[in-house]
Amino acid sequence: MMFDAVVLQSEPAAAWTAMLPAILLGLTGLALLGIDTLYPEETSNTLLAGVSAAGSLLAFGVAAWFLVAGTGQEHTGGAISLFRDTMVVDGMSLFFTLIVTIVTAMVAVASYDYLSDHAHRAEFYSLVLFAATGMTLMSMANSLATVFISLELASLPSYALVAFLKKNRGSVEAGLKYFLVGSVSSGVMIFGISLVYAVTGSLVLGDVAAALGDTEMAGVLGVGVLMIVGGVAYKTASVPFHFWAPEAYEGAPAPISAFLSSASKAAGFAIAFRVFVEAFPLGAIPAGVDWVLAFQVLAVVTMTLGNFAAATQENVKRMLAYSSIGHAGYALIGLAALTAGGPNGDVLGASMAHLLVYGFMNTGAFLFIAMVEHWGVGRTFEDYNGLATTAPIAAVAMTVFMFSLAGLPPFGGFLSKYALFYSAIEAGFWWLAAVGAINSALSLFYYSRVVKAMWIESPAQDFEIQSRPVGLYAAVLFAGLATLLLLPGFGPVIETAQSVAAALF
Amino acid sequence: MIIEALIAVTFLAALVVFVAPDEYAGRLAAALSALPVLGSLWMWAQYDASGNALLGGSIAFETDVVWLTLGGLDLHWFVGVDGISLPLIVLTTILTTLAIVSAWTPIVERQSQFYGLMLFMEANLLGVFAALDFFAWFIFWEAVLVPMYFLIGVWGGPNRRYAAIKFFVYTNIASLVMFIGFIALVFGLGDSVSSMRLPEIAQALRAGELGAFAGLDAATLKTVAFVAMFLGFAVKVPVAPLHTWLPDAHVEAPTPVSVMLAGVLLKMGTYALLRFNFTMMPDVATALVVPIAAIAVISVIYGAMLALAQEDLKRIVAYSSVSSMGYVILGLIAYTTYGVGGATFQMIAHGLISGLMFMAVGVIYNTTHTRMVGDMSGIADRMPVTAGIFVAGAFGYMGLPLMAGFAGEFFIFKGSFESTVHAGMPLFTATAMFGIVIVAGYLLFAMQRTLFGPFSFDGEYEITNAPFHDVAPLAVLLLLTIVLGVAPDLFFGMIQDAVNPILTGGGL
Repeated sequence: MMFDAVVLQSEPAAAWTAMLPAILLGLTGLALLGIDTLYPEETSNTLLAGVSAAGSLLAFGVAAWFLVAGTGQEHTGGAISLFRDTMVVDGMSLFFTLIVTIVTAMVAVASYDYLSDHAHRAEFYSLVLFAATGMTLMSMANSLATVFISLELASLPSYALVAFLKKNRGSVEAGLKYFLVGSVSSGVMIFGISLVYAVTGSLVLGDVAAALGDTEMAGVLGVGVLMIVGGVAYKTASVPFHFWAPEAYEGAPAPISAFLSSASKAAGFAIAFRVFVEAFPLGAIPAGVDWVLAFQVLAVVTMTLGNFAAATQENVKRMLAYSSIGHAGYALIGLAALTAGGPNGDVLGASMAHLLVYGFMNTGAFLFIAMVEHWGVGRTFEDYNGLATTAPIAAVAMTVFMFSLAGLPPFGGFLSKYALFYSAIEAGFWWLAAVGAINSALSLFYYSRVVKAMWIESPAQDFEIQSRPVGLYAAVLFAGLATLLLLPGFGPVIETAQSVAAALF
Repeated sequence: MIIEALIAVTFLAALVVFVAPDEYAGRLAAALSALPVLGSLWMWAQYDASGNALLGGSIAFETDVVWLTLGGLDLHWFVGVDGISLPLIVLTTILTTLAIVSAWTPIVERQSQFYGLMLFMEANLLGVFAALDFFAWFIFWEAVLVPMYFLIGVWGGPNRRYAAIKFFVYTNIASLVMFIGFIALVFGLGDSVSSMRLPEIAQALRAGELGAFAGLDAATLKTVAFVAMFLGFAVKVPVAPLHTWLPDAHVEAPTPVSVMLAGVLLKMGTYALLRFNFTMMPDVATALVVPIAAIAVISVIYGAMLALAQEDLKRIVAYSSVSSMGYVILGLIAYTTYGVGGATFQMIAHGLISGLMFMAVGVIYNTTHTRMVGDMSGIADRMPVTAGIFVAGAFGYMGLPLMAGFAGEFFIFKGSFESTVHAGMPLFTATAMFGIVIVAGYLLFAMQRTLFGPFSFDGEYEITNAPFHDVAPLAVLLLLTIVLGVAPDLFFGMIQDAVNPILTGGGL
């Protein structure tokens, strides 16, 4: 132990600063608690939202700066590994940090209005920031131990956030269900980790990979890997651990639904990408442990199930929850289309780019729902009838999100889906791309229902929309603008994503 | 840069109009839409390119920059015009302005949104005709659907929801089929192309660079892709039996939207057929000449017969579009300079004349609030100007000499009669020519019953002359039809210059 501490302290100062985005998020969370301690009675909502947004934007800026400057990338000396290889900062972790921090910033700004008449605001914001810290660490975790710890750091605040509306039965039920499914899948995952440790004698991803070659216990390893797949499926809301998602997203406060379905899902994918690519590389795993096949099945089942379930919903928020499952299926193509020696960087990068675009369009869609909840309009498609007559600007933004989620030009979602399916074909999995494209075409059905309700149907009720919530509008319009601008500006995104993903292989 | 400026100005105009107050949104939209008209006329005056843009000809007002790199393929922002696309751009800008003016009377609700969407659609249409990179083209192509969906769905007639969703689903599925066909071709071309620029792909295909893909050998792949793309575009054209969305969309759409739909949106389909199928794969097209010519003739005759059976003036004009588009397909498959050139010219001519007819029906509807042939009679007495223009437009539709329709159809018949792609082409041509007789039949019959004879009208509306701003767009369209009929060479010269390279080489 002494030795460990000595090693920790002797790290050069420059190395740990690579974790600055995560540190900033954690400090912001602490600062929020500090503010609440100083002014327990009269915490200003504006101050709290401002600090949260500023902290996450600062973390975003630092991560973006690192990414541009090449921190942890090949041309500046490769990934920076910290704490005896248990954490690593490279292009991929910075890319996912960008997704998490920008979603956190949007959620913080939007929560300003959503929380205006709730108590315990400081707790809310600090829990969001702590969860974001965990998600950022998830993208850096390079050992199965840190993977698990950072995953729990992201999950525990999330349980509390989902159940935040503690007088609302739906919210409490959602929180409980999320917690129970989360505990079970955590248990499954850590059991899988222990099996992998038993076989390989190591938790650090690189050492696990090195020990794979001479193992005689391929069966035990296979069970372990499969259990880790289960943990990943939970965090990304994929089949078979997806069923918490509709309840949690529907019951949670809408900004939290946005946060979980965008940032938390992306962080789950960060873990999945790093663990499977680094610890169980395709060239080294024993023949029986074919996790690519598992992900192919999961991808197809997840996107199909998510889509068909979304098509049958009457509640817009629940429809979006299932659509979020469907999109997890698309993103899984990033793992399902990997081959030994194939264009793996392109495949994984396209999936990362899709998660970034998805971060904007899905967060925007959930925040629009937050706005509608704020106005007291109902939750079903019928309740949305004629909404465009009273709130045309917000309805335009929602239309952009819906069409972009459906993958319709001219929005960012079109290009990111195209890049994803294209790279799958490039890797030889044209059938995977075909299933994705068919699902994507079908998804237009339920996304366009929202658009149809808002614009074409006549209002069934008189909307009493007095307020124009500034924070919600700002966040929604920002997400809408980003979704639009990611069409012409998709070039740098996909090129960065594919080059940082290629560094993993 | 003029093309970017044109598209950007139109987008900006759409944005400005969208947030403008309803009171003067229509006036503002008309004024702003004059800018692209001037721009496109300036382009026409300055046009100095020659040859076909896809087949190595010079490209006017060209911009080509790399947009993003994906796998081995670059996506470019690549725009420019040649003798085929420039006339369509001019048609789009002029028709949009006239359609906006014709909307002043019938559109009373949510006006700023209506005019904003019209301009948004115009911007995307300009992009469709100017884009020379597949990706940029596809994005504009799809983006046209979105405003059209709203324009039918929000401002349409009683059955508008059904019509809007039918239009949207039909054309979206068609786009997907077409997209898959084209992408399969690109994969089949493999390393012989480095980008999705249409000239590069067209030239590689005509040079026979296509390889096998997804278990299909090159020849099969080419045929499958051709059929997929043909079906995808045929829905848009539309040809029988893929036309069923059209009458629903037209009947429910408000007049100005019908004008855009018939005048420009249908031309997207024939333009894409010409640009993709007939330019890139002439060998497959000529191998499939019998089914394609048969589809063309069936569309001509069946469309005309359906028009003959209608009681609703708008349905009559809508079905006659199916018939007219059949002529365009016939001209394209002829692969002669007059056939393909005439088909392109007919796109312009039909755009003007069908726009004129829809507007005339709209003006009558604005006054009588009915479009049923049986509900009115002899209204020429009360609305002499409108009736006069209606009659002139109908004669244009029938192909009266010295009007644009005559020139277009004459070129097509001449070209397809002389065609050597198949021994049966004269027979197909002769059969299609019967369509003209049927067109004359239903238009004369409809006019005789509604416009002439003793005056009778059951409605409670007073029938008087239409306001000036309703009639003015009609007069402009009639004037343009006559000008193009008298001097087809205003466009036909550049069109012929651009289609001739299609006819040579590539296995022909």
